[in-house]
Amino acid sequence: MTTATAPVAPTPAVSLRRPLRPTRAAAITAFKALLLRDLTVQRKNLKEFIPRTILQPFLLVFVFTYVFPRIGTGVGGGGGRAAAFSTTLVSGVVGMAIMFQGIQQVALPMVQEFGYTKEIEDRVMAPMPVWMVAIGKVVNGALCGLFSALLVFPIAAVVPATPVHLHVNWPVLLTITPLACLLSASFGLTFGTRFDPRQVPILFGVILIPITFLGAIYYPWTSLSAIKVGGFSWLKWLVVLNPLVYICEGFRAALTRSPHMSLWVVYLVMIGFTAALLYLGIKGFRRRVLS
Amino acid sequence: MPRLSAEAEITSVPAPAAGRAEVIRTEKLTKVYPGGVKAVDEIDLGVYEGEIFGLLGPNGAGKTTTTGMLTTTVIPTSGRAWVGGIDVIAQPALAKQVIGVVPQTNTLDRALTVWENLYYHGRFFGMSAKEARAEADFRLEQFRLTDRAKMPVLALSGGMAQRLMVARSILHHPAILFLDEPTAGLDPQSRIALWEILGQLHAQGQTILLTTHYMEEADQLCDRLAIVDHGRLLALDTPGALKRSIDADTVITISADGDLDRLAAMLRDSVAGVDNTQQVDGSVALGVRGSRAALRDVIAVAERGGYAINDISVSEPTLETVFIQLTGKDLRD
Ligand SMILES: Nc1ncnc2c1ncn2[C@@H]1O[C@H](COP(=O)(O)OP(=O)(O)O)[C@@H](O)[C@H]1O
Ligand SMILES: [Mg+2]
Repeated sequence: MTTATAPVAPTPAVSLRRPLRPTRAAAITAFKALLLRDLTVQRKNLKEFIPRTILQPFLLVFVFTYVFPRIGTGVGGGGGRAAAFSTTLVSGVVGMAIMFQGIQQVALPMVQEFGYTKEIEDRVMAPMPVWMVAIGKVVNGALCGLFSALLVFPIAAVVPATPVHLHVNWPVLLTITPLACLLSASFGLTFGTRFDPRQVPILFGVILIPITFLGAIYYPWTSLSAIKVGGFSWLKWLVVLNPLVYICEGFRAALTRSPHMSLWVVYLVMIGFTAALLYLGIKGFRRRVLS
Repeated sequence: MPRLSAEAEITSVPAPAAGRAEVIRTEKLTKVYPGGVKAVDEIDLGVYEGEIFGLLGPNGAGKTTTTGMLTTTVIPTSGRAWVGGIDVIAQPALAKQVIGVVPQTNTLDRALTVWENLYYHGRFFGMSAKEARAEADFRLEQFRLTDRAKMPVLALSGGMAQRLMVARSILHHPAILFLDEPTAGLDPQSRIALWEILGQLHAQGQTILLTTHYMEEADQLCDRLAIVDHGRLLALDTPGALKRSIDADTVITISADGDLDRLAAMLRDSVAGVDNTQQVDGSVALGVRGSRAALRDVIAVAERGGYAINDISVSEPTLETVFIQLTGKDLRD
């Protein structure tokens, strides 16, 4: 039988029923098992996951880029401008799909678990530090975001009635995608640990709605320069607080030749947001499970 | 961001010295919640290997908080605690390897089936897929849940959910099993079934710490128990020794209408061998030592005082008596 030597209790040694494993190795195994558990749950939920993930983007793309041009109400003007709009919308729709997963897969279940079911407590008892349980939630949310992006991208590229001009910048795409997924899942973690079930309508109505409407989904951020009061582009500078802006602009740079925000800014702010939201999210998570 | 605690140094340890090994040890363990509630106040505990140890106390005594500190979810304000020789405050993630926990609320994973709850628990604790599968099958069999294996956990009755929680908590062979009020809210049949299970685990050498506010449960199940109230440890011994510790060997409880303070005073003065009197729920309880005539005397005194006796009973001291003597109040208060 083995036991840890330091620091030891001032008592005779206890015979453990199973040998101790080093903290780090045990934590890594537990973390992998946590992801495996999440994967099982996602697989079971696939029948709900797919329609829930694709319906909204599909309708958005369908109405704006298929119905409107056909009935002569082309958003962004007729002909070439409509095609430009379809192209703009591709990155917006992908960004939004990822952002939604952060809420759907991380924030909402967590609000339920902390509010009513308390079932998260069982995973907190797994032999790993509490922050790793929170990270597990984020990784799962990020993977769901990635999967939803893969589902939604073909829709945005194929459904529009007008041609979509894609121009893929692979290095940008392959870095922006995981970053966007992590950012959205961290966003979900922060909100999931700070809201209780009664506040979910606020989460949707007051936080998610402005984020999507003002998230540079439907227009490039740079085009907001046109909206001015006394020479100041107020809307352009107001929405810099919105993480979705950077996600959509990043995808715009990765997928199209549409005008977009400087990539330096996109990367720096996305990394900054992710780090800050992870920090706040883990802090919130610890506060909810430890007292 | 917090980091993984330093890797534990794992070495062989010589066989336990003479005397019993302590699986749990606390030193002046204290928890003050934000807002100032002192939920646990300098508790010193030692739990021996292989025993069922009880924390007995009324609601709000600090039982859940104590269990929480020993199972890493409540961070102590001061004091120290070890489980299985591991410092729970310094190395919580390591400590989690050696503990099994059945909390007060149902924490089964609702997204998973009955069997999967056990299987993934095994995986969390480092079992291979094969080992976890075998353990899950075995525990389902042992806890008579095999026919529910594929059900969602929400379809289980309260008693079955509780059995599954216990099965899950011991799946990874913890050195110590914690159960917080395991029978609160269970129907009598499920309660007895759970007592049987705990008895079997005990027979197999499982060290168990359980909390309860039912004195019968503490009396029947526990090898030793600690009586706690307002976060303080009031007494710690075997149930038998605790009951013997009070001076009286008989408790006479008399229920009557009228001024009970006066009645208690009269009884103290006029009945031979009265050790103490307590007033609970409209009755006076007398601890009496070695006097066979006491019952007759009690009735005579009460009648002389003009009291109408509603009920009178004679009993051995119980843990309830011990608790009343220690705190001056009922366990149910
Ligand atoms: N999270 C908390 N924050 C503040 N006070 C708490 C918290 N949990 C418990 N308490 C208080 O601590 C005391 C002990 O509670 P608890 O440990 O739950 O007792 P028990 O399990 O014996 O009923 C009570 O007064 C309770 O109100
Ligand atoms: Mg309690």
